Amino acid sequence: MERPLTKNFKTGGEPPTIRESESAGGYQAVRKALGGMTPEEVTEVVKKSNLLGRGGAGFPTGLKWSFVPMGEGAPHPKYLVCNADEMEPGSFKDRELLESDPHSIIEGMIVSAYAIQADIGYIFLRWAYKVAELRLRQAIAEAYQAGYLGKDILGSGYSFELYLHTSAGRYMCGEETGLLNSLEGRRATPRSKPPYPQVSGLWGKPTIVNNVETLANVPHIVNNGAEWYKGLSLTDDAGTKLYGASGKVRRPGVWELPMGTTIRELLEEHAGGMQDGLNFRGVIPGGASTDFLVEEHLDVPMDYTSIQKAGSRLGTGTMIVLDDKTCPVAMVHNLEHFFAQESCGWCTPCREGLPWAEKLLKSIEDGQGQMSDLDLLESQCKLLGPGHTFCALAPGAVEPLQSALRYFREDFERHISEKRCPWR
Amino acid sequence: MIHVDGKEFEADSQKNLLEVCLSLGMNLPYFCWHPAIGSVGSCRQCAVKQYKDENDERGRIVMACMTPAAEGTRISIDDPEAAEFRESIIELLMANHPHDCPVCDEGGECHLQDMTVMTGHAYRRFRFDKRTYNNQYLGPLINHEMNRCIQCYRCVRYYRDFAGGRDFDVFAAHDHVYFGRHQDGVLENEFSGNLVEVCPTGVFTDKTFKEHFTRKWDLQTAPSVCVHCGLGCNTTPGERYGELRRVRNRYNEDVNGYFLCDRGRYGYEFVNSERRIRQPRLKQATEQDALVTATNDVLRHVAGLLDGGRPIGIGSPRASLEANFALRTLVGHDRFFAGWSDLEAGLAARVLALLRDGPARSTSLREAEQADAVLVLGEDLTNTAPMLALSLRQAVRRQPMAKADALRIPAWDDAAVRELIQDEKGPLYVATPSKTKLDDVARETFRAAPQDIARLGFAVARQLDKRSPEVTGLTRETAALAKRIAEALRNSERPLIVSGTGCADQSVMEAAAHVAWALCGTGIKAGLSLTLPEPNSLGLAMMEAPGLDAAADALTQDSADTLIVLENDLWRRVNSSFLESLLESAKHVIVIDHLENSMTASAQVVLPAATFAESDGTLVNNEGRAQRFYQVFVPEADVLESWRWIQRLMSAKESAPPLWSDLDEVTAAMAEAIPALASVAEVAPPSTFRLVGQKIPRQPRRYSGRTAILADITVHEPKPPDDPDTPLAFSMEGATVRPPPTLLADYWSPGWNSVQSLNKFQAEVGGPLLGGEVGVRLIEPADGAAPAYVEHVPAPFESRPNEALVVPLYHIFGSEELSVHAGGLAELAPEPYLALNPDDAGRLGLAGGAGADLSLEGEQYRLPVKLDPSLPAGVAGLPIGLEGLPGYTFSGWGKIRPAEPAKE
Repeated sequence: MERPLTKNFKTGGEPPTIRESESAGGYQAVRKALGGMTPEEVTEVVKKSNLLGRGGAGFPTGLKWSFVPMGEGAPHPKYLVCNADEMEPGSFKDRELLESDPHSIIEGMIVSAYAIQADIGYIFLRWAYKVAELRLRQAIAEAYQAGYLGKDILGSGYSFELYLHTSAGRYMCGEETGLLNSLEGRRATPRSKPPYPQVSGLWGKPTIVNNVETLANVPHIVNNGAEWYKGLSLTDDAGTKLYGASGKVRRPGVWELPMGTTIRELLEEHAGGMQDGLNFRGVIPGGASTDFLVEEHLDVPMDYTSIQKAGSRLGTGTMIVLDDKTCPVAMVHNLEHFFAQESCGWCTPCREGLPWAEKLLKSIEDGQGQMSDLDLLESQCKLLGPGHTFCALAPGAVEPLQSALRYFREDFERHISEKRCPWR
Repeated sequence: MIHVDGKEFEADSQKNLLEVCLSLGMNLPYFCWHPAIGSVGSCRQCAVKQYKDENDERGRIVMACMTPAAEGTRISIDDPEAAEFRESIIELLMANHPHDCPVCDEGGECHLQDMTVMTGHAYRRFRFDKRTYNNQYLGPLINHEMNRCIQCYRCVRYYRDFAGGRDFDVFAAHDHVYFGRHQDGVLENEFSGNLVEVCPTGVFTDKTFKEHFTRKWDLQTAPSVCVHCGLGCNTTPGERYGELRRVRNRYNEDVNGYFLCDRGRYGYEFVNSERRIRQPRLKQATEQDALVTATNDVLRHVAGLLDGGRPIGIGSPRASLEANFALRTLVGHDRFFAGWSDLEAGLAARVLALLRDGPARSTSLREAEQADAVLVLGEDLTNTAPMLALSLRQAVRRQPMAKADALRIPAWDDAAVRELIQDEKGPLYVATPSKTKLDDVARETFRAAPQDIARLGFAVARQLDKRSPEVTGLTRETAALAKRIAEALRNSERPLIVSGTGCADQSVMEAAAHVAWALCGTGIKAGLSLTLPEPNSLGLAMMEAPGLDAAADALTQDSADTLIVLENDLWRRVNSSFLESLLESAKHVIVIDHLENSMTASAQVVLPAATFAESDGTLVNNEGRAQRFYQVFVPEADVLESWRWIQRLMSAKESAPPLWSDLDEVTAAMAEAIPALASVAEVAPPSTFRLVGQKIPRQPRRYSGRTAILADITVHEPKPPDDPDTPLAFSMEGATVRPPPTLLADYWSPGWNSVQSLNKFQAEVGGPLLGGEVGVRLIEPADGAAPAYVEHVPAPFESRPNEALVVPLYHIFGSEELSVHAGGLAELAPEPYLALNPDDAGRLGLAGGAGADLSLEGEQYRLPVKLDPSLPAGVAGLPIGLEGLPGYTFSGWGKIRPAEPAKE
């Protein structure tokens, strides 16, 4: 099984240096793209490869790039931003890439920037990823020294400057437009679209924001072609995926597997199944802002389409497993506490609705809930739906809540009728 | 065409659905959208259902304010899901909102109340503790009550984006978002008062109103005009119990739009001042200066004086046209003088000539907002004509907007437009002696003495038109600057040149006119805006009466012995020695005015004049727009309109019945006698105008206490006071249909109790009022006229070894005569000072704060020095109107020395 994203990972210790990376095939794609392909050809191969954004939304990457104005009349500077603000609870896959193979990200950025003819790149890194920060700085310096960054890269005529920016630490900075506002030094509130960042992004200029894992795929697609990439997967969604598992499983971790690996395989084979004495109750497959799936869904392939058909979202592909000795209400309360706190405060439903939901859940968990609270929570889930709020934070926030109410309703009702948390 | 709930409507596809629906009269609730600052889509209140086509039955929720009214758009406002959504938004806002309507100032005119009722939300399901905040001290004008905040973000967007303020911001996140300053302190922006109308709840309220609060429905109001500068912003003052309670904005699409400056909003307290003259008085020369206060006695005495005597009348640039005309009629055309110095008279006459005799159009404030290139010569607009400064802050966004147009980002999509444009600004050049608050949005600034500012202007004009006189001897930098300015103006479509009387120098204004005329000569429609300091400066100029020098001559040459002064403190007009000799030559001095001042203190006869809020009249603003202000309330018994006092004097003198029965007759007589003012008769409907046979009430239907107010004096219900002069009534009874906008004071519509009810009175939101324009322009440019270019330009400024050229400086709070009597504004007025360039100060041996003695035009002043690095060498600045300083425009050389220590 091919594992392009993680093949250079070394267990423990330092990530590959630029020389080590080059001998393992690193920066070949830079040579290939800048040496003999037009920017449009790079975009085309990425489009054909069916690479979907790995940040959670799953939008076709090549298509996203194709909206960037190109040619003589295009506004400059154009920007490529790597969204390394991994703050989705339960997600730690980008961290692995950043810490274990930072050069792969840099290479991915150079090739992607070339495709859209970006002049400047930023890696927007979560403040808490201190190790990644050090390693990225080192890698960027190495890349500059080797001539892969800066003016006239490898004599191609293409120039690209890359900067590392560490964020001040808010979940909203992981939202594409919130990130752009934060990078500009402003409050991290989102922007409405249209206009899209491709048209008016960072400082009003054409900008593409891509996730770390997305960018890591690009050099391999350029090197090996679209068909190869599609062939790595088990389903229609292409490539490999960095999957993760946390919760009370035997071996929490991150694994690169073909796209479309089932939940069961991930859970039982790679994560080693549930710890002793615990049984599987449910799972949120893609990080905190996705819907619960339960026993009946264990054989669903973990790709964007299949998970959506089952009533959830692939999101980041890092799942949080709920065992039968953990209170689902407490788990959801914890998640909603996070979301309520991370609400940027811009739009009414999220700003006022999430804290209210959190207060209701706390009340239920403390044994002071009322039956009408459940109806109220359900109507809040409907109210905070997509399109109702300004951005996707709130709709994501209510996904675990609405599915918990569906699948674990008796647990909520027991809290209310017994006036206590039965798990405590 | 768009479809709303099954019906078809015409719509402008450049607008968003919220604007269109509101303009069509539909009731769609909203908070964060504001016509002046566009949409952001944050509050989610204006949700409607949008359908893809006629077959789509499900639809989806969209925000009307963020959806273009594109051809074929189909929406439903009444859709149950959309209605429920809107109700839920209110429920969420109400979760943390303190239920303090009964004690909240906003109650009764609260947009949140209105929208809550509109959506139908009633019952509370939120059972937890509400989040609360600490409040801040924000100065004497605005009260802060953060618990009421619904986080609509209007305040910060208005304050920072529209008004350019920097000391107010939004903080924190989630349900703890806070709007305020980094630290408690006075809000620095001169337009902060608009927060009380921009805020849809009671977070920001009028602190001065709090001192004498009453509910909106208990206020008596009338359409009025601000009297604190020459721009003529429209206002709605409100009164109860004989006390003026507050001033609110009155929308005028051409003039002030949605906003007022803080001087206009808060200066009204002079009407309630302790210094108001409430009774007529006559100082008898005998019996230890005994005072006679009975009106008839005083009038009889004055009639006697006039009958035998040779009176002259001194008019005022802050009195109405009618009052000035009445005085002119009393004393005779050739014995009427304009109550300003020859310097001011010359400036005002020049303004008139420049606006009349050239092709450049005198612009309104709204047109100034639309200008795409601006040159300001000599005026510190933020202090002399504040709302024009606010207009120019919007004007600098015009040229960059082309980028948004090119990318098809609608102008109302405020966040997207601002993101695209970033800090880009169109050309604004500011040339003044000292720094101004517009400097931060100016492309370039130029600091120089007035004559050099004029020379720069002439140099720009010369670049544009070789018929304009040449300027020689410019420095290389200045010549290059003139070229850049000319280039920027030449490449624009609607340039605006601004100047005014602030520098006390005619050539500065001439230079401005030359630039505007030169541009017109190249086929570009340039506008010219010349500011004047007082509400009727231009009106008085149009009466073409000679100034005070001629009046003094008349008195000294003994052709006159009695002086009648109308609403004018002459000590603020000319220096004291000149005035002393003028007053000495007058045997009798009669003053008609509102407030005690040095003039009234020394006069033999004082007649208490009604203020703008207690009388009717017409004022002409700097644009040349004649506007009517209406009486808000009846003053106490002895206070009378100035023109009525004068009429009574005429009557008493001639022993004849009154010449005019009402104000219309005065206006008509004036329009006939003075051709320049002929159109004034069209400014307002006649006093006989009725709507469905009824007068228009000044009081809302719910006005309370009509009989209780006077119950301590008499239990008999008095007849409401008569108003023979206007179609308005001092009553709550009258026509309930919409009056013409000139007569419109109070906006109210069923379900819309707040200032947002204005939407119902506009032909389209943000656009013209239904029923026509307010005010009549009296001056139009001479199209196609060959410009009256001057022949010579001023010589360059040359500093003198022992003197400094002292130029006037202005303060929005403190320089103007009437507003300084308002407590809140007096608090904000600076202490007197003398501004010096640090090098000059150093040479004179003066440190910042040190005392300096200044001799200027025969007057001596002792003042602390304020170091101002922006002043050019050899130029000093003296603030007009502050305590002990001249209240009048001056221009001259002054000697400055370190203050002599007091001799033992």
